[in-house]
Amino acid sequence: MIEAFRIPGAGRLKQAKTARFSFDGQAYAGVEGDTLASALLANGVHLVGRSFKYHRPRGFLSAGAEEPNALVQIERDAARKTPNVRATVQELYDGLTAQSQNRWPSLSFDVGAVNDIASPLFSAGFYYKTFMWPKSAWKNLYEPKIRAAAGLGVAPDQPDPDHYSARFAHCDVLVLGGGAAGIAAALAAAETGVRVMLADEQADFGGSLRFESGARIEGQDGFAWAQAAVAKLRAMDNVRVLSRTTAFGYYAQNFVGLVERIGDHLQKPGRDLPRERLWQVRAKRVVLATGAIERHMVFADNDRPGVMLASAARTYLNHYGVAVGKNVGVYTANDSAYAAAIDLKKAGVNVAAIVDLRDNPTGPVINEARALGMEVNFGRAVIRAGGKLRVSSMTVQPKNGGGERTIPVDAILMSAGWTPSVHLFSQSRGKVAFNDETKRFVPGTYAQDCISVGACNGTDGLMATIDEAYAAGTKAAKDVGAKAAKSTKPKIDASESWSRGMLGAAPGAGPGTTVKAFVDFQNDVTAKDIRQAVHEGMHSIEHVKRFTTNGMATDQGKTSNMHGLAIAAETLGKPIPQVGLTTFRAPYTPVTFGSIVGHARGELFDPTRKTAIQPWAEAHGAVFEDVGQWKRAWYFPKPGEDMHAAVDRECVTVRTTAGLFDASTLGKIEVVGPDAAKFMELLYTNPWEKLEPGRCRYGIMLREDGFIYDDGVVGRLAPDRFHVTTTTGGAPRVMNHMEDYFQTEFPHLNVWLTSITEQWAVIAVQGPKSREIIAPLVEGIDMSDEALPHMSVREGKICGVPTRLFRMSFTGERGFEVNVPADYGQAVWEALWAEGQKHGAGAYGTEAMHVLRAEKGYIIVGQDTDGTVTPNDAGLDWAVGKKKADFVGIRGMARPDLVAKGRKQLVGLKTKDPKVVLEEGAQIVGDPKQAIPMKMIGHVTSSYWSQNCGRSIALALVAGGRDRMGETLYVPMPDKVIEVEVTGMVFFDEKGERLNG
Amino acid sequence: MAKAAAKKTAAVTPSAERRPALAGQELSATGVKLAVLPPAERISLRAPEASVAALSKALGVTLPRKPKTSVAKAGRTALWLGPDEWLVLDQAAKDPLADCAKVTALHSAVGISNRNVAIAVTGPAAAATINAGCPQDLSLDAFPVGAASRTILGKVEIVLLRTAADAFRVECWRSFSDYVFTFLSEAARDAAA
Repeated sequence: MIEAFRIPGAGRLKQAKTARFSFDGQAYAGVEGDTLASALLANGVHLVGRSFKYHRPRGFLSAGAEEPNALVQIERDAARKTPNVRATVQELYDGLTAQSQNRWPSLSFDVGAVNDIASPLFSAGFYYKTFMWPKSAWKNLYEPKIRAAAGLGVAPDQPDPDHYSARFAHCDVLVLGGGAAGIAAALAAAETGVRVMLADEQADFGGSLRFESGARIEGQDGFAWAQAAVAKLRAMDNVRVLSRTTAFGYYAQNFVGLVERIGDHLQKPGRDLPRERLWQVRAKRVVLATGAIERHMVFADNDRPGVMLASAARTYLNHYGVAVGKNVGVYTANDSAYAAAIDLKKAGVNVAAIVDLRDNPTGPVINEARALGMEVNFGRAVIRAGGKLRVSSMTVQPKNGGGERTIPVDAILMSAGWTPSVHLFSQSRGKVAFNDETKRFVPGTYAQDCISVGACNGTDGLMATIDEAYAAGTKAAKDVGAKAAKSTKPKIDASESWSRGMLGAAPGAGPGTTVKAFVDFQNDVTAKDIRQAVHEGMHSIEHVKRFTTNGMATDQGKTSNMHGLAIAAETLGKPIPQVGLTTFRAPYTPVTFGSIVGHARGELFDPTRKTAIQPWAEAHGAVFEDVGQWKRAWYFPKPGEDMHAAVDRECVTVRTTAGLFDASTLGKIEVVGPDAAKFMELLYTNPWEKLEPGRCRYGIMLREDGFIYDDGVVGRLAPDRFHVTTTTGGAPRVMNHMEDYFQTEFPHLNVWLTSITEQWAVIAVQGPKSREIIAPLVEGIDMSDEALPHMSVREGKICGVPTRLFRMSFTGERGFEVNVPADYGQAVWEALWAEGQKHGAGAYGTEAMHVLRAEKGYIIVGQDTDGTVTPNDAGLDWAVGKKKADFVGIRGMARPDLVAKGRKQLVGLKTKDPKVVLEEGAQIVGDPKQAIPMKMIGHVTSSYWSQNCGRSIALALVAGGRDRMGETLYVPMPDKVIEVEVTGMVFFDEKGERLNG
Repeated sequence: MAKAAAKKTAAVTPSAERRPALAGQELSATGVKLAVLPPAERISLRAPEASVAALSKALGVTLPRKPKTSVAKAGRTALWLGPDEWLVLDQAAKDPLADCAKVTALHSAVGISNRNVAIAVTGPAAAATINAGCPQDLSLDAFPVGAASRTILGKVEIVLLRTAADAFRVECWRSFSDYVFTFLSEAARDAAA
């Protein structure tokens, strides 16, 4: 296909290679360096999408990031489908495939366009009005329909095959925006030798120099100067230059988030290249050089394809060599559209007429337009655009009314003036100030170490911009300690300058009219909608915004906010500053989830912690469960065994011979110092001062409020040294809790805490044969009951490796926990396993561990307690030192509610039918025949089938539970009511004889 | 102090094999290499100001007092981690725990040789690799050779030591070593860019 609208000799893509692409299945050719937008325009294609609400045909409004209309779906393959890509920033590559969105069955005939005819039904705030009744319709009709209609494009249904990377960086001066101002500021700072970063969202630096044909710097075309200057910056060691990089968020203390697009413009992105890279930059100084965005004119049917910003038309011509039409009209309220008209005219495009809303403007561009023979009309307005799928005419009328005249055109270039891009400044918490003379918000009060320069600061003209930017770059460098450098401020030879313009609805779309004069193209908000919102009582701009959704689309109202504000202010009869601007929020332009996630996916989503013994368990067929970040062996099924069979066997093996269990994940803290015992006294309910070195004690830790926080066995290794164990899940927070109290409440104590969780692998050997299994491997420790009684600890060696050998039990059997340095964990386990095999021992997992401890009524903090259980509630009064004067939680424990009668207490439950296993979490009632809602008096906390007991067992928290021994209670389930008897918590070996058995 | 932990029974050759995490793992990418380092002796040392001189003497290395610094001598490195906290590394198989056991001045020395795994990150892109997940400024001005810091990498805590202009030692807890090595491997792919 021939590019009918590419003008020979125009633009900067002269030597470029052809790039073939398709749009909605139609094949086209563009050239490398094009955007999808410029390539389509070169082929005469303006119609590229349908609007969100009314399904109106839409074309290109802009040539940049502010684009609200030309949103397309880019598809590389089945898994790489990106919706809502702005065609104006998508760089063309050979083979690009794009689809239009929000249309069915086709872009030129879209059934959804019926919404346009029915638009009175979809007026401002229709979401809030229409779907209120009948209530039942919400769930079945409205919500599904709204969800189906919400959003544009189709999200991919496969995992994203691309990868994304992330980088933290620091610099002295971060310059955001790579137009003339940004480049000048970066040059000034870089020349002093400080660390500079310069980022721009475009592929090429230069900003508005891309279209400003009147700019000449250092004797060359402005854009060419920009390329040379950036090349110079790139060559400097102290400068990092990032193109295709958008600063999307400005956070506290000059922390800026940028996303660098690496793969989206390439035909075949390298497999090793990330698609995008997230930069999180901490800068000592930030220079904001974010430019300004042109506003459209608000008039009837100003959204017809072919109606676009004047600067966009100029960019397509001067950069891409593309004419947006053959016979264009111009509608403006400032000078800048004249420059576009002049450039197009010089390139051979007919300019049908310039319509200027101003009464008697003067200036060189106006003179030049006239000199070129263009028809210039002052004090007139375009009151309507004709055409549907493409603009075909503009209807002109004197601005105060009068005869209409319709002029055939195939494009309308419009300019209502320029809005400084204060988005990042606003995100930095800076306060904007309204300049009444130029009718624009500019940076006012700064909240961070940043400075705005150039158009985003309301500075007009290249000369003033370069002066300001260069000075700002120099000052920023000086502020961070740089010495003055030899100044080489760029010399401006020629420049363009414009300001002013108008805000709000143009004639023909003002109060009392109902035409579709769009303010916000992406969300289909018209001037009428804004006025209606005010009439319906929305007097705050924040309310107007939400009621109309003006500025709430993904373009964040880059072109619409100021118009919307002006119309609201006019309707309210208040000056603009009194109505105020809505807050700008990150992201400046949409950011992919991928770039935020970065490396944190797959294996790196969250650390998977494995013990030293994990490889053995894996090799022996263990099924694992996640406990926090840890993988723990859950059970070890033999061929043909299901989970229940495996757990039953493991439980029986432990009680008949012995079992090996990997307890390495238990939290371990070494508490060291002369005041270690004093510290333990304060942190735990138990007494510690009198615990002999070499002995252990079960300790309970409370929070200040008197509720159980954690528990574990603590061994005293020496008068000044304790080996504390915590629950697996509690390890980090218990360490923090102890450190917190030490630093804030007990800093006078000479004691230190060190996490040793990972220093030691822990092998529990539990069961009647446990001593026989361990003893042959141990050196230097007397294993007799007299020398090593239950609840004691010794240091020695096992398999020649240092060990802390605990005699302790979480099963009720004779038991040991062998601590060895983690690197030796697996080898010592294997040695113990080999010994165990001689006795018929087996390995057991966490499920059997849970059952075995429940058979003995040992609690698990976090399962049988829930943060509202006191030691007394849990039947652990014996572990509270009655003579102790102080410990964390002692006063909390004495609160009236915590000593009141009828509190929920931990008890055992036996089902009347021993085969029925209760569900954990099930509620308990006293009378199953009472009316619903029943009074619930407790719930099941732990419940298992116990092969050793030959029946089901359960623990439960029941109101006044210990006074209900022998009572029958009921557990109502969806299909039946289960009868249970309240019992003690110990189901097996009630006398505890097996600890020494 | 510390006698119980440091107590040595008669030297017996371990019959159990030492299997350090990720032993010998390496990765080579453009501009950066990763290598899991051999086991080292390590202690976590806590002590008040008054004990620093005695401990420095016993350890044979002057404990640094300035934040984010380290001091190295004869295969032993002391890293400042806090006002009263040091990580002491010994790569010459000399047990610093035994040296501290002789010191009567107030302190806490806890053996953590097996708690940590060390990964060397070397090459011109080493800093960029680490900066994929570590927010610290790793320029030579801000983080010179010998600089040390307890910081984060991605979602885990690490101790970072700069051993040369283009070389770092990353210390992490044993069970996080897989995550750290994988993270650094991913980052290394991107760092040369």
